[in-house]
Amino acid sequence: MRINLASVWVDDQEKALRFYTDVLGFAKKTDVPTGEHRWLTVVSPEAPDGVELLLEPDAHPAARPLKEALVADGIPFTSFAVDDVHAEFDRLKGLGVTFTQEPADMGPVTTAVLDDTCGNLIMIAETNEPAA
Amino acid sequence: MESWATLSGDIYRALADPTRRAILDELQERNGQTLFELCARLINKHGFSSSRQAVSQHLDVLEAAGLVRTRREGRYKFHDLDTSPLRTITDRWQLPTD
Repeated sequence: MRINLASVWVDDQEKALRFYTDVLGFAKKTDVPTGEHRWLTVVSPEAPDGVELLLEPDAHPAARPLKEALVADGIPFTSFAVDDVHAEFDRLKGLGVTFTQEPADMGPVTTAVLDDTCGNLIMIAETNEPAA
Repeated sequence: MESWATLSGDIYRALADPTRRAILDELQERNGQTLFELCARLINKHGFSSSRQAVSQHLDVLEAAGLVRTRREGRYKFHDLDTSPLRTITDRWQLPTD
């Protein structure tokens, strides 16, 4: 058994596709109509055969209250790895992305938290070198 | 757990707890933190094992004492440090003049 898929609940799949590709830099992998929505996944261009991220509609009535409660407390829905949090922060700020947490050294990791414009906060994390 | 009523507005009781002092230290380093960021800092930088709910209750005590202010910005809630209540301590017991 292996993990091949993770998902985020998005309020609008087309808007989500634009944000996750044009802004974050992922690549569209699968786009299949499924009734009123789409089976829509993106992957990292660094790992096109790696874990796919499903941009899943948040149409279920329980989804949005949960998302709002998480966002109010600044809790990220999921986390992505980056090589340099500060560089990504600068790049994404330049593209107009809102951050609820600027890059902060948290010991083993340096993290920042951004708003994905689809109702979620997303953490980006860089693994810090262990102290010599 | 101490009750809200006994702690409300009491700056000395608010400062008596090491977790609450660490929260103030972290807010001094950077104002405008979410509950999530404060929890992450307490766990990773200070080794506290407090639950998110416990940190939230500590923040309530600090807010009641006027040491932390919260503000909503859109859908997010941020916490800011307010050191002005500390002046009541030095007004009561004067600092040495040099």
